[in-house]
This record gives sequence, structure tokens and C-alpha cells, in this order.
Amino acid sequence: MNTPSGPSQENPRRDAANWAQPVQKLQVQGMPAEAPNLVDGRRLVGPLQGFGKMWQKTYRVRLEDASVTPPALIETWKANFSSLWPRGNRFYTPLTGIAPGEVALISLAAGPMKLSTGVMVLYADAESFTLMTPQGHMFAGWITFSAFDAPKEGASQEGEGAEAACCVAQVQVLMRAQDPLSEIGLALGGHKAEDRFWSSTLRALAARFDSEAEPEIQIACVDPRRRWTEAKNVWHNAGIRSGLYVAGAPLRWLRRSGKRDDAG
Amino acid sequence: MPEAKIVLNVRKPNEAVGVIDIEGEVTAFGEPVLMDAYSTASDGTKAIVLNFTGLEYMNSGGIGLLVTLLIRAQRQGQRLLAYGLNDHYKQIFQITRLNEAIVIYDSEPASLAAV
Repeated sequence: MNTPSGPSQENPRRDAANWAQPVQKLQVQGMPAEAPNLVDGRRLVGPLQGFGKMWQKTYRVRLEDASVTPPALIETWKANFSSLWPRGNRFYTPLTGIAPGEVALISLAAGPMKLSTGVMVLYADAESFTLMTPQGHMFAGWITFSAFDAPKEGASQEGEGAEAACCVAQVQVLMRAQDPLSEIGLALGGHKAEDRFWSSTLRALAARFDSEAEPEIQIACVDPRRRWTEAKNVWHNAGIRSGLYVAGAPLRWLRRSGKRDDAG
Repeated sequence: MPEAKIVLNVRKPNEAVGVIDIEGEVTAFGEPVLMDAYSTASDGTKAIVLNFTGLEYMNSGGIGLLVTLLIRAQRQGQRLLAYGLNDHYKQIFQITRLNEAIVIYDSEPASLAAV
């Protein structure tokens, strides 16, 4: 039996540059004026801070016929992140790209209305990157985008070296609905919409490498319990806030034109 | 999938606690070995202590793995505690807000005393 002593401060930190620095509240910088910013001042929330059941959803596409390495795939994914999303949805990429600590704004098509939210890049390295949600997002959690080599279908583990392997692109979401309204929304079609969203994204990514591979989906309920202490999160609900933001557009317009008149 | 570069050792300093010594890399690829170690450590115990003294690398997949481990322990009515995290990994627990669910101690005796 070994009984290790206290913490080692000598451990190498080769992952240090991959992680965002701790922040109390998010600050959005360098976004276009038309990007609705409902993220400034919000706290980050992970799957432990949400309300609903905890889900782990894995979407995967195997690029059997493409000769691409995991780092090359991730580089392409980061550089084209927004354009791979389904039509009608917008990811406002930070000026410096997908890098640890950067905050991006998001406008999502949700039926007849647009949901305005955002994410922070929690982690990024050559083979993966992770986005973390702020208060008010439909769910509290992390979305990890990664690529790795896996044996081709039907290939033996030992066998044919690089020829026997193919690159797999993966989206993994670990999440809980942030509040009771979002939990209801996810149950009434939100989960299916999310499945369609990431499957479509993976299809578009595969197409970049001339592949027509179909994504696979694995869904696991990690925790069936709901956390009623977090029901108060409804105060930050992105759907409600987005509706108020749209309803407030005339007032913002009046305020802006008043300022212009004063300046003139 | 790439091989997990992690070595886990399970100890039981007393009947109530199982300690998992973690050496190497905590990534999503370590899930099978970590869950096996948890099963061994959790037999009849009311708390699991994770010893991160030998942690060399952790990515976001590793943090996700700790969340699923935490939920599994909570569903068994067990507490999950940690010690041996250096300042860098303490910061990661802070930004991911994992520190709100897994209490971090400075040493093994301190974590055992808290059970």
C-alpha cells in the first residue's frame, strides 16, 4: 500500500494553454453590431448547475473513405465552424477564432423566433475543443468536438496499419436543461431538434472531405433526477429574454435616434 | 480509439472510504478503467477519495468523466472528495464549477478526516 503525500506542484502542465482562465462573469468583445448580446455579465454553468435530467449525447461520423488526420479535421472544423451549422442558425465566431477563453454569440432558429445565447470556449487542443454554456442557455453543459482514429469497419486490430484506420469526428454533449421551461421544451421536440442539428453538422463536415457517411447517435441518461433547487434558473431563460429583446427593439431604436438628435 | 494513459490504484484506508490513486492522463478514453476502479473502491464504502497527486494531464473529456463518476457515486449515496490537485487543476475545477460538487482537500489525512 502506498500513501502519497500532499499535492505535487512540480507536475508538468502541458495542458495549461488548452484551458480557459477562470472568469466570474462573461464579457463579449469584438462582435458585430447585429449580433444580439444577451451573454454579457452571465456566469458559466456546467451540467452540475442545471435543472433537468442529465444526458450524454454522442454524435459520431466515421470518415471511412477520407484520408484525413484528426488534427487536420479539427483544424478544418474550427475554421469553418459557423458555416457547417444548419441554415438559419448563426455562430458569431470570435475574432481570434476558437481559442480557450473566447466567447461566441449564437442565434438559433427555434420555430418562428430566434433564440439568442452564446458559449465560451472552455478547452481547445489539436484534436478537440469544448464549449461551455452561460446562464440562460437552453441547457447547462459542455459540448466537446473531437476527432480520433478508429479501426475501419471489418478491419482487424493488428492488421493493415494506417490503411486499417479511419478518422472519426464526434460531438459529445453533456447537459441538463437549465430550468423547468427548457426541460419541457426539450421533451416536446427540443432533444430531437438537437439530434437533427448535430447530425446535419456532421454530415456537412463529412462532405468537406468528400464523404457521404451517415452519423450515428448514442444517447444515455446519466442522471434521471431533476434538481428542483435550480428551478430558479428560469429567470435567465434565453427564450424569455430573446422575446423581451425583440419586443424592446422599438425602444432601443427610439433611444438611439434620440442620442443622434442630441449629438446633431 | 487511442489507449488511455492512466494507472489507477485502489486502497481502503478504513472501512468507510475507498481511495483511488490516479497517475497519468485523465481523458474520456480512461472511462473503463476509472469505472472499474470505482466499482472496486466503492464496495461498502460511504465516500470515495480521488488522489490527483500523480495527475499529469487532463482534457475536457476527463472533466466529463469526473462528472459521470460523481453522479454514479451520488446515486449510490456516496460522497466524492479529492486531494492532490495543484493550482492549475484547482483552477480547472473552479472554471468548470466541479469544485461546487467535489470538495477539494490539501492532503489525504484532511480528506479522510472530513468523511
